[in-house]
Amino acid sequence: MTSAPPAGPGVVKTAPGPAAPLPPPAGRRDVRRALTRALPVSPAVVLLLLFLAGPIAYCAYIAFTDLQLTGQAESSFIGFDNFKAAFKDDAFLNAVWLTLVFTVLSSLIGQNTLGLTLAVLMQRASKPVRTVTGGIVIAAWVLPEVVAGFLLYAFFRREGTLNAVLDWLHLPSQNWLFTLPILAVSFANVWRGTAFSMLVYSAALNEIPKEITEAAEVDGAGGWRRMWHITLPMIRRSIGTNLMLNTLQTLSVFGLIWVMTRGGPGNRSQTLPLFMYEQAFQKSMIGYGTAVALLLLVVGSLFSLVYMRLLRTEV
Amino acid sequence: MRPTAVPLLLATLLTATALSACGSDSGSDPDTVKISFKQSTDNSIKVMDTYLADIKEQFEKANPGKRVELVPIKAPDSEYYTKLQQMLRSPKTAPDLVYEDTFLINSDITSGYLKPLDPYLAKWDDWSQFIDTAKEAAQAEDGKTYGVPDGTDTRGLWFDKAIFKKAGLPADWQPANWADILDAARAIKAKVPGVIPMNIYTGKPAGEAATMQGFEMLLYGTASGANESPLYDPASKKWITGSQGFKDSLEFVETVFKEKLGPDVSDALDPNIATRVRGEFLPEGKLGINLDGSWLPQDWLEGSGHEWPEWSQKLGLAYMPTQTGQAPSKVSMSGGWTWAIPSKASNPDLAFDFIRTMQTKENAQKWYIANSGISVRTDVAEDPEYVKAQPGIKFFTDLVASTHYRPAYPAYPKVSTAIQEAMEGVTTGDSSVEEAAKNYDEELKTATDNQVIEK
Repeated sequence: MTSAPPAGPGVVKTAPGPAAPLPPPAGRRDVRRALTRALPVSPAVVLLLLFLAGPIAYCAYIAFTDLQLTGQAESSFIGFDNFKAAFKDDAFLNAVWLTLVFTVLSSLIGQNTLGLTLAVLMQRASKPVRTVTGGIVIAAWVLPEVVAGFLLYAFFRREGTLNAVLDWLHLPSQNWLFTLPILAVSFANVWRGTAFSMLVYSAALNEIPKEITEAAEVDGAGGWRRMWHITLPMIRRSIGTNLMLNTLQTLSVFGLIWVMTRGGPGNRSQTLPLFMYEQAFQKSMIGYGTAVALLLLVVGSLFSLVYMRLLRTEV
Repeated sequence: MRPTAVPLLLATLLTATALSACGSDSGSDPDTVKISFKQSTDNSIKVMDTYLADIKEQFEKANPGKRVELVPIKAPDSEYYTKLQQMLRSPKTAPDLVYEDTFLINSDITSGYLKPLDPYLAKWDDWSQFIDTAKEAAQAEDGKTYGVPDGTDTRGLWFDKAIFKKAGLPADWQPANWADILDAARAIKAKVPGVIPMNIYTGKPAGEAATMQGFEMLLYGTASGANESPLYDPASKKWITGSQGFKDSLEFVETVFKEKLGPDVSDALDPNIATRVRGEFLPEGKLGINLDGSWLPQDWLEGSGHEWPEWSQKLGLAYMPTQTGQAPSKVSMSGGWTWAIPSKASNPDLAFDFIRTMQTKENAQKWYIANSGISVRTDVAEDPEYVKAQPGIKFFTDLVASTHYRPAYPAYPKVSTAIQEAMEGVTTGDSSVEEAAKNYDEELKTATDNQVIEK
């Protein structure tokens, strides 16, 4: 993964002495030991290669061809043409932008912050309140994506619940799915995914020793300062893990947006997975669609790298 | 540890090989004919299932020792095509008979998925009963025929008689040109508040409905001759850019939404618009004029969930006029489905026998009536029982004479999306007619690999 750092001072402890007779047998023993150790995991490795790496490698190959689902007798290798086409395609760039907006709004800001807030509040809440809130939030998470999509479609549509409430409050109603589609689907994703962050953070908060918080309290630190100087640094690793998992999950959200808006109106809520679907299965361009999928993989790994750095930092 | 690990590894490897070999069971039994068809996603609609079960019984009785296996694919249109195309790619999964939309049949022919049927058709007497335009729908550029159509559809104007009365419009309304349609819609807007004056499908959410029921019904009405295609030039095999007819058609759409003669833009761009028009707007008397297909009554039949038997008294029908009323004065588009035999089918002969069983006159007629389909067979079209079976069926069957089939070549699905995008631009007001038409020309060049011609 990372490039090996050059051996720093202090690493080389034994000076390269004169020809030692011992190393070769030790090396052979090492190899044998490594083999014996590897044996039990090899079935898993074989299965992974067969069912995970195989299809991925095949996908990577397809991304460099002009393969179509229909309308073409045979496909040919076209090098980087699909990728070049993608970066020249306004619709692709639009999808990249919307994917970033969607991820930042719903995952980084929405699910993450709201999950943390709920977890903190629930630490202090009474047991019944905790049970009820936890139940509701988790119910949203347990619902299948498509069901959640339909629920939120019903909530946001013009004759939907949200507008009924706004009417009742004498506030102007909006057709949310039409005027602010990306915001509506982001909200839907927050609604659906917050439970996960809440659970992660609840677990992390429970790990913080009581004495530390109490000591800070005795020292006169207010709620905000305790949060900022004690709680957040202590759960930093959980924040990293949670951000990474949330982001990867959000990047691949398809069903929710498909049910609510189908990426429309126009392309105003067409994130990368929807764009990919349109290219591959509606326009039959499997090669191009797969190339876009690979690019999505790149976006995901970029996010992961950033978070991994965050995770590695010592508290 | 080691002695157990080795057998374990071997066992796992064997399992893995066995698993990956699972798919290679082709299951081709010379006495079984496998038939794939599109099953409705609505569980209460069993028209196709019932019909095929009946034919299966007839077929098995007439051919002792042969078996029919029905392989339904339950999916919405676009996903059905995808699934089917994946099945057709491999001899292991290819069925013996498939139900193909004329929309995509040419694409699948180009891919080499389908088998030419000419040797079978030459020996089949009933083939002469099929009308020529329908035969052409399943014909490839190589002149061979790849499918047997089991009916078609046509399109026209549906209007609400009660709303027309309030607006002071005649109950036997028949517009002579586009201006008449817009005038009627304006009259409704002025005199009958609270209803949608007219509906025309538009934009990407409506999908092919926007292209075919909406745009092409206009575009083909801008042509000057009956056989002229304003979308594709068959002589040069090129797609047409920069046509005045295209701009005029966009302008019609723009006018409808700019003057608020259509549904609210957000409703028009709702992916469920077509279902709402059939299930809600029309039966509830909320829509004046609807440009739509012949199959609407399918949804209002008994047992369909939205029963509305009195529709034939409440709604009137008018054909879609050409732009200025120029000859041939009416316009319609047609699509429909065909039965085709995959090139990788294991029992093609048996599959064609099954087609012949489906297409005896009696069985074909049964299907048209059950399905609110429009006959492509002259013997059925002339049968009084068929004509009486449903109100409106004569009207739509007569339109077959002035109908057009889409240039459903491999690029068509992409061209169709480009049309929807252009429509959506003028519907929302995001782009002017000029801009939208220019964008379409650009898109068309990409979609068709620059196979375009300016007209």
